[in-house]
Amino acid sequence: MADALPLLRVREVSKSFGAVAAVRDVSFDLYGGEAHALVGENGAGKSTIVKMLAGVHRPDTGSIELDGTGQDLGTPADAKAAGIAVIYQEPTLFPDLSVAENIAMGRQPLGRFKTIDRAAMVRQAAQLFARLGVSIDPNRPARGLSIADQQLVEIAKALSADARVVVMDEPTAALTGVEVERLFAVARSLRDDGAALMFISHRFEEITALCERVTIMRDGRHVSTDLLTDITVDEMVRKMVGRDLGALFPKQDVAAGAVALKVRGLSRDPVFKDVSFDVRAGEIVALAGLVGSGRSEVVQSIFGVDPRDTGTVEVVGKTLKPGSPKQAMAAGVALVPEDRRQQGLLMELSIERNVTLPRSRSLSQLGFLTGNRERREAKEWTQKLKTKYGRLSDNVGTLSGGNQQKVVLAKWLATNPKVLIVDEPTRGIDVGTKAEVHRLMSSLAADGVAVLMVSSELPEVLGMADRVLVMREGRLVAELDRSEATEESVMFAATGQEATL
Amino acid sequence: MTAVELPAPHRSSLDVVLRARELGIVLALGILVLVTTISNPRFLSGQSIRDILLNTAILAVLAVGQAVVVITRNIDLSVGSVLGLSAFTVGTLLQNDNLPVVLALLVGAGVGVVCGAVNGVIVRYGNVPALVVTLGTLYVYRGITYFWAGGQQINADELPAGFLDFGNATLLGVPYLVVIALLVLVITGVVLRNYRVGRELYAMGSSPQAARLAGIAVGRRTIGAFTVSGALAGLAGVLFAARFGTIDAAAGTGYELNVVAAVVVGGVAVFGGSGTVWGAALGALLLTTIGSALAVLEINQFWQQAIVGGLILLAIGADRLVAVRVAASLKKRGSHVSN
Amino acid sequence: MSATESAVVSRFANWNAAIIAITVIVLIVAAASVDSFGTSQNFGFLVLDLLPIALVALPMTLVIVTGEIDLSVASTLGLSSAVMGYLWNANQPIETIIPLCLLLGAVLGAVNGFFVTVLGLPSLAVTIGTLALYRGLAFVVLGDSAVADFPTVYTDWVTGSIGGTPIPNVLIIIVVLAIVFGVILHATPIGRAVFAVGASEQAARFAGVRPGRVKFWLYVASGLISGLAGVLWTLRYSSARADNGAGLELAVVAAVLLGGVSIFGGKGALPGVIAGVVLLGSLQNALRLSDVSNEALNVVTGVLLIASVLGPNLVNRLRRT
Repeated sequence: MADALPLLRVREVSKSFGAVAAVRDVSFDLYGGEAHALVGENGAGKSTIVKMLAGVHRPDTGSIELDGTGQDLGTPADAKAAGIAVIYQEPTLFPDLSVAENIAMGRQPLGRFKTIDRAAMVRQAAQLFARLGVSIDPNRPARGLSIADQQLVEIAKALSADARVVVMDEPTAALTGVEVERLFAVARSLRDDGAALMFISHRFEEITALCERVTIMRDGRHVSTDLLTDITVDEMVRKMVGRDLGALFPKQDVAAGAVALKVRGLSRDPVFKDVSFDVRAGEIVALAGLVGSGRSEVVQSIFGVDPRDTGTVEVVGKTLKPGSPKQAMAAGVALVPEDRRQQGLLMELSIERNVTLPRSRSLSQLGFLTGNRERREAKEWTQKLKTKYGRLSDNVGTLSGGNQQKVVLAKWLATNPKVLIVDEPTRGIDVGTKAEVHRLMSSLAADGVAVLMVSSELPEVLGMADRVLVMREGRLVAELDRSEATEESVMFAATGQEATL
Repeated sequence: MTAVELPAPHRSSLDVVLRARELGIVLALGILVLVTTISNPRFLSGQSIRDILLNTAILAVLAVGQAVVVITRNIDLSVGSVLGLSAFTVGTLLQNDNLPVVLALLVGAGVGVVCGAVNGVIVRYGNVPALVVTLGTLYVYRGITYFWAGGQQINADELPAGFLDFGNATLLGVPYLVVIALLVLVITGVVLRNYRVGRELYAMGSSPQAARLAGIAVGRRTIGAFTVSGALAGLAGVLFAARFGTIDAAAGTGYELNVVAAVVVGGVAVFGGSGTVWGAALGALLLTTIGSALAVLEINQFWQQAIVGGLILLAIGADRLVAVRVAASLKKRGSHVSN
Repeated sequence: MSATESAVVSRFANWNAAIIAITVIVLIVAAASVDSFGTSQNFGFLVLDLLPIALVALPMTLVIVTGEIDLSVASTLGLSSAVMGYLWNANQPIETIIPLCLLLGAVLGAVNGFFVTVLGLPSLAVTIGTLALYRGLAFVVLGDSAVADFPTVYTDWVTGSIGGTPIPNVLIIIVVLAIVFGVILHATPIGRAVFAVGASEQAARFAGVRPGRVKFWLYVASGLISGLAGVLWTLRYSSARADNGAGLELAVVAAVLLGGVSIFGGKGALPGVIAGVVLLGSLQNALRLSDVSNEALNVVTGVLLIASVLGPNLVNRLRRT
């Protein structure tokens, strides 16, 4: 049962990074013994909220109260001391240290002369794991643990610290069905022991399965907080998106041409197995599935940045050799990768250099680059995509997320691709730019480009794709026509079970 | 909560791997000694062993300090210069006054503390990589020593007899220098293994980002690690002065290379987070023994440095191979739901 | 974030101009205050003193821009010099020896490249290892003896100057190679790839660059130029010794960082590095003429090295608060 008084209150917090307001005047309460979901689209400000609770960012204005007293969470140590534990999507363990030591770091049981009592430390860890119903060897190093096990270690860490507020930031993103169930069992027992749980997820069936209350955010603002019994999934989606879905996705009907990309029997142990499909010129094919189902790995393997064990990739009849992005580029493949900051852009280099990097060889004259042709080319493509920037020589890291994504797109469209692969093309960008990106993809398809789109946003998948391929645990499990593809049918294929919506 | 059967706190698999690593050095050492002794039994004479131990003592003290820094994912290239500055400072003081040995040791370590703290503060507050900072202070500390010495050399006959005795005398048959080195080794080893501070150093090296999120005072610990390294290099300077008696501004030039070699050969990963000071000390012993063995085996002394280089490459190469193997086997040992 | 970041960028661009300006000022002050500094004879010495640092700094700049480091350069120089002496003692013709020494340098660089790119080992540890290994081999080859009596045609050319002018012959080599490396870094696709690898190896791979291949050839270039520096060093002093150039790697790294190249990779420019080399060399030269001991000069080198990296960071920190 939820207590009457909130355990933690977030009151009118705001946080800006430079000119960008990430969170504006957000308030909500967490109650002991209750699981509280925080939902919103990418870029809605959820992770900023998490980081404020974790003591990584300090709110510009507003306050965070625990048991009615204001907290100054200036460092992670402050948050820890206040009894707030945060479990990140990517767990933060010390790979070289033992599991027991990871759990006890900073609170190791001490024996004589203040030395660490290792036996007691291992015992504590074993007790925690027994309580969680998992069997991880406390003596083994954290290196090599699966993401799911790492998260269980993080939860054990929170338990050992007697954390009263446990924040879980998309913990299920990389887990399999069984692992999610185990995590939920642990989370429920935490909640039943009186902890306030905050749970961030994109999967509504998980939210309804675990949580009592839900707070919805959009564009850095608080939209609503409701009991889950009072709100339907449809209402949640509408509040998250805040607009009509239909108008956003202007996919034109195009008669599909010849096969441009032909993938046969692509396998890479243990990430994906026996993946085969075609994409025709003028088509937009979506590759749907849960995060961690192997979609990004498949497209990276097609492009050649990842290796593959077996299988063939043909682009307009030409067979690509594995592991060579260079050859894939020459054959007319372009990949707009999932992680813009790490894979898509060289954040510390200029816009100009970023746009022309894949083409630097073809832009050179007698092997030399004087800069003029690069500048002209960069200017032309950034203008075509209506990119907003100060100077071409500005560092690309200074741009907003949406404009950064336009630079990535400019960089690849400049190579004049026959096959354009986009991985989460609209992640973390504003609504307006999103529409522009969708319009762009549609017009490219109309010009005869074959588009393969990996996306976790169902509305985007349903709105843009001519066909939807669904992956589950490394295998291609369904191919749905535009007419067959609905939220239910895609989710059913992606999870392998009837959606409990 | 139900009563659970708790696993016995057995040696962790991590420890086993590390032990195996140190066992490898012991084995190499054993083979080296065996082969050398068979070819020339004089190698195991009292004097020869004494020389090896005395030379190891100085290198081991430096290596222990270096290991502390490397474990935090940093490096201290200035140790040779700090040794020189400390040795010259102590030598100059002893020229004029007959200080007690303990005081000399403290002064030397004090010089090192200052030098090490300067390194640490620049690394911490300047946001400059340790490699660059300590490369710079390698020059600076050495330059200060030269500036001060101005070509002057301190000879053994200018030093008090008591101090020189300290360099040769023994405690129950063990040279004082070796006793000091062992003390340093044991204390540092215990702190790194059994105290929270020590474990935090490993944590920082293993994942700096996770360390910050875990609330570890990364900045303060960084400065601390460099100060320890500096202090031990200063201490080694006094040991150097006592052992050799002759001190000029060049004392300890190029030592940083042997120290880094000892640490790396001893199994301390350059990426931080793993390795022990015991390994580093064993590495120092191995390197010193190789030097002596070459002389006994009448192999060209000039091979020594090439062997040091080869050993570094061998050690990091082997560590990488082992790491890949271990990672693969750890991945297979996933957990299972117990129900 | 964006505002401070662009400030950092512009400062990096400015650092280049600043270091050139500082170098010019130091040259002027030195010429005015140190009697013999501005003489044409001293200019010749200055260039000869600069020669090894200037040459090795060129490939080192590219290596550091990719985010790696090569500490074995001085040992490669030493081994090249030792082998040159050994072969000369073995009565080989100098016309065979010199190409062999260059080839040797390239091979030694390839060994570094192999360890770093194929085995994926950290370049710092690898090149500390080969620093010891190559220098050790130099001693194995030549011991502590010196080989002299190289043909005067060659030694005279290295120490001589062009016609009647005070311009030393070796300046031609420096200028030509500086232009070659400058053009490669700033005006070819290879250079673009070098910067890309240093800025983000992963993102570079996603843009079709092969980071391993780029780095491997840079290590080969670094070895080759170090081998050349070994030959020139030997000819200049007409003395092949195993310890030639010992410790030079520090001066080279100092000069490169002083020239505004980021130790983290991805940033830097060759003109700045040239200025860094000249600044370091002329400061040392001027102080030496003022009877400051060689070793005490190290203080200046060390302080400059730290200041070159610390300076921009501190200014940035002050600005933010």
